[in-house]
Amino acid sequence: MKLTRLAGAAVVLALCAVGCGTSSDDSGGSAGDSDTPGGFTAPDVPMASELGDNEGALSILAWPGYAEDGSTDKTVDWVTPFEEKTGCQVDVKTFGTSDEAVSLMQSGQYDVVSASGDASLRLIAGGDVAPVNTDLVPNYADVWPFLKDRPWNSVDDQMYGIPHGYGANLLMWRTDKVDPAPTSWSAVFDDSSAYAGKVTAYDSPIYIADAALYLMNTQPDLGIEDPYALDADQLAAAVELLKAQKANVGEYWSDYLKEVQAFTTGDSIVGTTWQVIANLAEADKVPVKAILPEEGSTGWSDTWMVGSETEHPNCAYAWLDHIISPEANDAVAEWFGEAPASSKACEIATKGFCESYHAGDEAYAEKIHYWTTPIEECLDGRTDVTCTTYQEWTQAWTEIKG
Amino acid sequence: MASSGSAGLLHRSPRLRLGLLLGPPMLWLGVLYLGSLAALFITSLWTVDAFGAGIQRTWTLENFRTLFTLDVYRTITFRTLLTAVAVTVIDGLVAVPVALFMAKVASPRWQRILVILVLTPLWASYLVKAYAWRGMFSTGGPLDSVGLSPGYGLSATIVTLAYLWLPYMVLPMYAGLERLPDSLLEASADLGAGTWTTMRRVVLPVLFPAAVAGSIFTFSLTLGDYIAVKIVGGTNQLLGNVVYDSFLTGNNMPFAATVSLIPVVVMLAYLTAVRRTGALENL
Amino acid sequence: MRLSPLTRALLGAFTALALVFVYLPLSLVLLNSFNTSRAFAWPPPGLTTRWWSQAWSSDGARSAIVVSLEVAAIATVVALVLGTMAAMALHRFRFFGRDTVSLLIILPIALPGVVTGIALANAFTTMLGLELGFLTVVVSHATFCIVTVFNNAIARMRRLGTTLEDASADLGAGTFTTFRLVTLPMLRSALLAGGLLSFALSFDEIIVTTFTAGSGVTTLPIWIYQNLFRPNQAPVVNVVAAALIVLSILPIWLAQRLAGTDESVAAAR
Repeated sequence: MKLTRLAGAAVVLALCAVGCGTSSDDSGGSAGDSDTPGGFTAPDVPMASELGDNEGALSILAWPGYAEDGSTDKTVDWVTPFEEKTGCQVDVKTFGTSDEAVSLMQSGQYDVVSASGDASLRLIAGGDVAPVNTDLVPNYADVWPFLKDRPWNSVDDQMYGIPHGYGANLLMWRTDKVDPAPTSWSAVFDDSSAYAGKVTAYDSPIYIADAALYLMNTQPDLGIEDPYALDADQLAAAVELLKAQKANVGEYWSDYLKEVQAFTTGDSIVGTTWQVIANLAEADKVPVKAILPEEGSTGWSDTWMVGSETEHPNCAYAWLDHIISPEANDAVAEWFGEAPASSKACEIATKGFCESYHAGDEAYAEKIHYWTTPIEECLDGRTDVTCTTYQEWTQAWTEIKG
Repeated sequence: MASSGSAGLLHRSPRLRLGLLLGPPMLWLGVLYLGSLAALFITSLWTVDAFGAGIQRTWTLENFRTLFTLDVYRTITFRTLLTAVAVTVIDGLVAVPVALFMAKVASPRWQRILVILVLTPLWASYLVKAYAWRGMFSTGGPLDSVGLSPGYGLSATIVTLAYLWLPYMVLPMYAGLERLPDSLLEASADLGAGTWTTMRRVVLPVLFPAAVAGSIFTFSLTLGDYIAVKIVGGTNQLLGNVVYDSFLTGNNMPFAATVSLIPVVVMLAYLTAVRRTGALENL
Repeated sequence: MRLSPLTRALLGAFTALALVFVYLPLSLVLLNSFNTSRAFAWPPPGLTTRWWSQAWSSDGARSAIVVSLEVAAIATVVALVLGTMAAMALHRFRFFGRDTVSLLIILPIALPGVVTGIALANAFTTMLGLELGFLTVVVSHATFCIVTVFNNAIARMRRLGTTLEDASADLGAGTFTTFRLVTLPMLRSALLAGGLLSFALSFDEIIVTTFTAGSGVTTLPIWIYQNLFRPNQAPVVNVVAAALIVLSILPIWLAQRLAGTDESVAAAR
């Protein structure tokens, strides 16, 4: 996902999180939409009921790349138009991990924040963000319905933020070197020996969920319902699968450039990817193809939220409305390489952009199991076992790589 | 008057002068830096709560148990030490003739040019150089097209790191040899010593501490590296990666602290061992 | 020792080879800054000057360079003050624990950056309750820069001894006068060399910076790190790197001019 986020290095925790909720699901058994996995009650924080004049200032806490003001690239700027339109002078602070975002939001100095799943639920639970009155955000009407009222952005059907963009981890291969064309993740797991030394995988503990997702389909006996809720035995099975895979892995990737380069030179010929990487490789005329395999895949979805102590509620709502306005939402999505949340963004996007990211394709989106930070309390609702935490996944990942 | 008064007091009281001179640096290094290291050690005895959000300040040896009982950490430690030794040896072998040529063969004019040539790469970004090596090692890349690329892996990592740290080895050696007067070498020759005897009895005693000084850099830089191995190391990971992953990805500061004590112990042992060689004054 | 012509020739050939080894990847960087492929395909499918003009107008690169210059400058000033003080103390006085002190000064550079980085980050955030930012980066950089100034200064002091300073004191000059009129001029070129090195170390430091900068401060290496991983930006990074290589000759050359060969060598360390 996230260009810069990964780029910035750190951070997978950031990627998603505790509340990203369980996947949305084709898997059946998980909790209903409005029940957050932990099942907590949100603290009573008042919601804005009407808007007044803009206050003239807004401080934004964002992932790098989510609030660009032209300083990275002159042509990439959706902050300046906002300032001109609303008179709200914007001050952007970026953060590197969800933990940092949470602790910065607790200071009460920021009006809006772009939160990943883990941060979003923690922020709601801590009373640091307010429910969002979607009636005051006209552009909310254009957001894809399947992104609304989901476990990672709402509590009891009350939205706590505005969906912003999402994406999936795909399977990519070199069409000239991999034959026949794969349709399943088995290409990088059980059948990976055919491409020994040329397989690549995402370098992060969260990749364990990809293995769990595969096992969920191939070994139903393990009883995996949610790839982010693994008990000790299920984690061990995923680790075993990944250790077997490692023998055939040429290298793990964690940034764009590394992966595009590896596929360009042929150092890697099959593995996980993001749509943006596939597009970049294709633009460089590398013969690659990327699909969402039959088992579905992992992915991400982010939300803009409003601080509960904001002194600039009007500018904050103006920003929420701006960021999912067709122009801004399209600009962010194209810069970042993810599907925009607004359907209207697709009407003005570069030709073919939304198609290539499958924006608005509900069936496609339902196959994505959004990144969530695994916690002790099983996210699939099981209460008879404790699940493995992200720390355990991190250590397991170190062991897998050896 | 006041200033000359205080200066007079300073002049009369060496202890006060020592205290004033040493106070600020010691406050910085002794309190801030050593304090940080001590805090790191303390943190290694703590743990994180299951939610991963915070550090639990309860005393436990759990982290050390994990570190010592899981094979994977031993493997990684050995791999890292092996890499550090290999990088140091390669740099040492390359640096000796280069430093010798620079200090004892090249004309003063060329000496200056060579120093610039050796120094310049230090200003090119570390990351950019590492990525350049990724290009060099790639399938069908410049090295592969002449059949010399080992592909991504540990040997690629060793070459890349040796490349990155080479100036840190060449320069102390050059500085050491440069200080060695030519007349001393000539005297040795006049006294009948052959080239090899002179090498052994005159040059080596200068070269050795310089090499040790250089090796402190190559060793410590390798022990702490986690970026180059990600770029050219294939599936390999070094100690630096474990520290980095535990800290930033895993959000497990106590375990990161525990792992980081390995390079600390290694370097302290190394520093203690080489202290007598006078290498520390060659840094 | 008189090196035979053959030995000299062999040494020369080896040095030339080593320099080829050093410059080959750098020329690849330069070449890639003109490569039309954004992922640096080899051989380059075509050449373009597009990245150079793009880099020229990149505000991000420019402000990152400014931040790096500021960090390096402040850290160097701190290192100059503290390093000189420590060198004077260790040179003029014999006291209990002197060896330990000199070891302590070396420690920040002898311990791997990842250790220094997390130790300081941990101390700043959990012990001192500071928010990571510009200040924490400067403090961290100064910590490992002290040793470079210290080493250059104390090497110079050892060579020159204490006689001049003693003479100055005997002639009635006060402590500060002696420092200003005798010690400082003696040390000037050594300090320049040490300061230059400290500046260079800070300028290209990434590991300690990653841990102590938080996310609000983007130094040049951090900017490079972030941008290397965006395929649209990677060629621009190559341009910046190539430009830096060329520009770096200036300070090095200047140091050689000002300090003489010996110290400029030291400056490299």
